[in-house]
Amino acid sequence: MPTTSYAGTDVTVNEDGFFVDPAQWREEMAPEIAREAGIDTLTEQHWQVIKFMRQEYADNGTGPTVRALGKTSGVSVKELYRLFPKGPAKLAAKIAGIPKPHGCI
Amino acid sequence: MTKRIVVLGGGTGGTLTANRLRLALGESVEITVVDRDDDHLYQPGLLFVPFGLAEPGELVRSRPRQLRHGIAYHRSGIDHVDIARDRVHLDDGTVLGYDVLVVATGARLLPEETEGLTGAGWRETVFTFYDLPGATALTSALAGFDGGRLVVNVVDLPIKCPVAPLEFCFLADWYFRERGIRDEVELSYVTPLDGAFTKPVAARTLGGLLADKGVELVTEFNTGQVDGNGGRLVSFDEREVPFDLAVVVPLHAGAAYVGRSAGLGDEFDFVPTDERTLQSKAHPNVFVIGDAAAIPTSKAGSVTHFEGEVLTRNILRFLNDRPLDASFDGHTNCFIESGFGKALLIDFNYDTEPLPGHFPAGIGMPLLKESRLNHLGKLMFAWLYWHSLLPGRDLPGLTSEMPRAGKKFPTISTGG
Repeated sequence: MPTTSYAGTDVTVNEDGFFVDPAQWREEMAPEIAREAGIDTLTEQHWQVIKFMRQEYADNGTGPTVRALGKTSGVSVKELYRLFPKGPAKLAAKIAGIPKPHGCI
Repeated sequence: MTKRIVVLGGGTGGTLTANRLRLALGESVEITVVDRDDDHLYQPGLLFVPFGLAEPGELVRSRPRQLRHGIAYHRSGIDHVDIARDRVHLDDGTVLGYDVLVVATGARLLPEETEGLTGAGWRETVFTFYDLPGATALTSALAGFDGGRLVVNVVDLPIKCPVAPLEFCFLADWYFRERGIRDEVELSYVTPLDGAFTKPVAARTLGGLLADKGVELVTEFNTGQVDGNGGRLVSFDEREVPFDLAVVVPLHAGAAYVGRSAGLGDEFDFVPTDERTLQSKAHPNVFVIGDAAAIPTSKAGSVTHFEGEVLTRNILRFLNDRPLDASFDGHTNCFIESGFGKALLIDFNYDTEPLPGHFPAGIGMPLLKESRLNHLGKLMFAWLYWHSLLPGRDLPGLTSEMPRAGKKFPTISTGG
């Protein structure tokens, strides 16, 4: 597994850049991960979603899908795409330091 | 005292569960099945209706008539379940108490949750074949389609029978060839997934089949809007796919009463369930079968059939205060109709993705490969459904546990 460094700390990520161990994540790493993914500034709304992702992962062992995020995070799907362009569920999971959400079957 | 079992839903799962329980327990339990109407629809037949390969009337039979003698049938909608008090409140005012509840109310379609989907053009240029009125309306639309862009779109997962939209593409290719206008028709398959299917080996085979048949594959497309007037699908990230005729598989959720039953369902009204025992996470005396369950299987009739065996065993164990059997392995078995009288067969479970080989053992039906035998299997299945599967009989050669013999497992590489 590749190792990379955020906020001066080494962390293990998989080949797509998702954290292997969510416990290695710190809040101060999020802005750096976001910048790598093309998001220059994390707004309060970004943080609302990131914190929600962390909580969901702690509760369920997997990040939510976009549809579930739109239903339960308090941020609409449209808005989620504005905040995290292309793929909100994947991108927010990456910035929140949790594994890539399982797809459905 | 006689134990009371209430089964909510008289579709595939509810019917086969009630019948299996009756076979196993006879008159020692009271079994009541509840559903809002008397129309049991053979859902695998919907795919064939738009192409004139099945008559809508042939797909529907009476719900109560599929139940064994001695099972009560109560026709009413469901208002809510009070899981703390073991009671079901029905729309007609009846309150049913139970010792064991089986949730078998499947999935419902939510076309209205996608912007524009049920607006301009709905059932004119925008269709779904996931219900009988939609599939029937699409028959005449296809018959009148003389060329242009036909787009098949899955809005988001989970959906019932995830291979059905692919089968629709394969059959559309066949259909327009038969009519001699295939060159006038552009076919596209537009999916939120990053490939033709969720599982990698099958995704490659099915993606290859789409390419062979000249069906364009558009991936990672999350439909935000269906613009019937403008004839275009628009994704949340503002990509566009134009169409002359759109066949859309809408968002799915569980039955609405689940949402009205405190503590029973998740945010989509599916019921969180132990994926091995099929006991709900909501309450120990609530069990779940089929599409209603939030477990990581396909929402498919074969899954429901395989679940039936484990579910019945576990309800018996529960009634006898014995530990539950955690043996459901996620077994799924799907015929994939590919047109021209051929079909593929896939067979998989929680741990094993669909692989090539033969089913159920070294000699049998070819897996992940087109064949006439598989097509005949698919046709024969309709008969088995009404005469063996629903009555709760075990089907020869179709075991709850996924067979490993006959499958070509990849060689596991050790070390790097």
